[in-house]
Amino acid sequence: MILPPDVSQQQFDQAISLFQRAIGSDWVFTAEEDVGLYRDAYSPFWGEPEERMASAAIAPASVEEVQAVMRIANETSVPLYPISTGKNLGYGGSAPALSGSVVLDLKRMNRVLDIDEENASVLVEPGASYFDLYREIRAAGAKLWIDCPDPGWGSPIGNALDRGGGYTRAQFRNHFDSHCGMEVVLPNGELLRTGMGALPEAQTWQQYKPGFGPWVDGLFSQSNFGVVTKMGFWMMPEPEACLIGRFYADRYEDLPALVRILTHLENAGIVNGMPGFGSPLLQRRVPADPQGDDPNDTTAIDQALHDAFYSGDAAARALIAERVKSTGRSCWSALVKFYGPERMVRLQWELAKERFAEIENIRAGEPEIYGFPLSDAELEKVHKPTFGIPSLSVFNYGIRTEGRPEPLQGHQAFSPVIPRNGEAIFEANKVFAEIFKEEGLPVPPFSLPGCVWERTLMMIFIFPTTKDPAVNQKYRRAFHKLIPRAAERGWGEYRTPVAYYDRVMATYSYGDHALRRFHETIKDSLDPNGILSPGRYGIWPQRNRKSEQ
Amino acid sequence: MNKTLLIAAAGVVALVLVTGYFVVSASKEELIVSAENANGEVAAVAALKEAAADLENGEAVYDYWCAACHDPGPGHPGTQSLAIKYDRERPAALEERTDLSPELTAYFVRNGFALMPFFRKTEISDADLRDLSAYLAREE
Repeated sequence: MILPPDVSQQQFDQAISLFQRAIGSDWVFTAEEDVGLYRDAYSPFWGEPEERMASAAIAPASVEEVQAVMRIANETSVPLYPISTGKNLGYGGSAPALSGSVVLDLKRMNRVLDIDEENASVLVEPGASYFDLYREIRAAGAKLWIDCPDPGWGSPIGNALDRGGGYTRAQFRNHFDSHCGMEVVLPNGELLRTGMGALPEAQTWQQYKPGFGPWVDGLFSQSNFGVVTKMGFWMMPEPEACLIGRFYADRYEDLPALVRILTHLENAGIVNGMPGFGSPLLQRRVPADPQGDDPNDTTAIDQALHDAFYSGDAAARALIAERVKSTGRSCWSALVKFYGPERMVRLQWELAKERFAEIENIRAGEPEIYGFPLSDAELEKVHKPTFGIPSLSVFNYGIRTEGRPEPLQGHQAFSPVIPRNGEAIFEANKVFAEIFKEEGLPVPPFSLPGCVWERTLMMIFIFPTTKDPAVNQKYRRAFHKLIPRAAERGWGEYRTPVAYYDRVMATYSYGDHALRRFHETIKDSLDPNGILSPGRYGIWPQRNRKSEQ
Repeated sequence: MNKTLLIAAAGVVALVLVTGYFVVSASKEELIVSAENANGEVAAVAALKEAAADLENGEAVYDYWCAACHDPGPGHPGTQSLAIKYDRERPAALEERTDLSPELTAYFVRNGFALMPFFRKTEISDADLRDLSAYLAREE
């Protein structure tokens, strides 16, 4: 068993005994085999001394119990690390950021407290999963859609606080943006409600987001300033229809125009579902395209073609043009989605076609129109989260296949936010390919970014994590280079695995790390004993701060 | 509940099934089981009362935790992966298997495999795991 760096066995034992008294000994896990279940199953440090390990885990069942354990943590100086469902695999799972922390497992607080169909909102606890919320909404007969991430067994609260994303309309797929009102246990055990919830007789907690005075909700995302015990979310009323359409462009140099037009359509509210870019020629799938390529397609990569996409010079463009002609596959595709009444989505599709006609020889594919509920046959084929249905089918990306007899064991993602234009896509591909080469890693196929967030793009490179330290070290080295090299170009990550929190935070360094110092000022004020999630998102309390920082 | 009890519960279910006793018959027994940890010390002694598995709950646990990956049909990664592993020698969907010992189910739930993570006791408790394991090991 590993203790926090500055906690004695005696302090720890005292904390455990007080936790047992506060929440019952059945919910205080100290046995090695129980605590081992809190390891990060996808840890890039698996089996190495740096692997983040909990010392114990406690699972309160109520807000009052959370308040009680926070007070005990302050009395004994034993740090807590809250998790909601612990399913953010690839971003830390249920393991703490600082080894020796006691995991505060909120899974038992799993109620859906309110479903308001008229207001199209819900109020949930952290242990409730997207599947739980889906089942409860169905049971209530409410015509509301959830915006789910992939996979859907995580927590709406946990995912929103980690600033995760989904697939439907922009205002819902940004999960933190879609929240309305929080209840937070502060590090001193005090209970705070944000927004209109600060009114003791609040009638509009899930209706008006900011309340009065500074809007503090953002402080509780990607941070360690409080334990969120309730959160409201706005839901999307079930639309009458969803139209999914595709545009195809043949020339390599069409990408900037494709991005520009699609961005305008999205900013103007015409394209309201998550758009995406693909390349039929490269057989690059647009994320969440129900007609996308098989994620486990084993067709050999045409390296010459990928090299041409990376290069983009005159000879490369000639090669690409020749391949477009010989294969009949377009160079690029853009996927657009519209949710709304059928008459309206058909009109939006027509408007999109008019705009895209600016690109020479652009072609529009025959759109698909879905009505709801989906038929069983449709449900078997479609990407369910596009239609507000949680799923685990995303694990298809790493399972055993004919071409991959050994399934993947885990993954980690490098996901820098880049400007929303075609030139940035070309540049990012080149910059990152160079680093892969330097690190002796296979250069990935030319990549197209995700369009989860409005106004910007996000490159997503998925690296394996394994149970072999040598392999993990190799990919960690690549991460260590990718993070600062991206930052040199002005690109920063939106989120990162625990292993890289400090390195990513270090790149947000404007004004001699003014932002990090601001975080630390808040941290020291709210949590002077440094008992809540030390190190989470690169925020360390005074007691753990290294002298060189 | 600790590991000893888990092993004990799984063992009871296996024993009952192997010897052909109807599962419920174990509910009247009181069993005291001990297990040794890797150091050879007695880790714990658990008095296991009313140890019969609740198959209905086992099915509910399966539906809640396992079905999204292990049900039959497309869109179920666990099933698709096992279909390749067994190449039709065994059913790919867990509920259709007849060879899943309770120990095997318990092992995978608590140790995970490949992309499937292990499950904490706040997710699948020892009692739920006993019921789940019995449900997947049931004889139709």
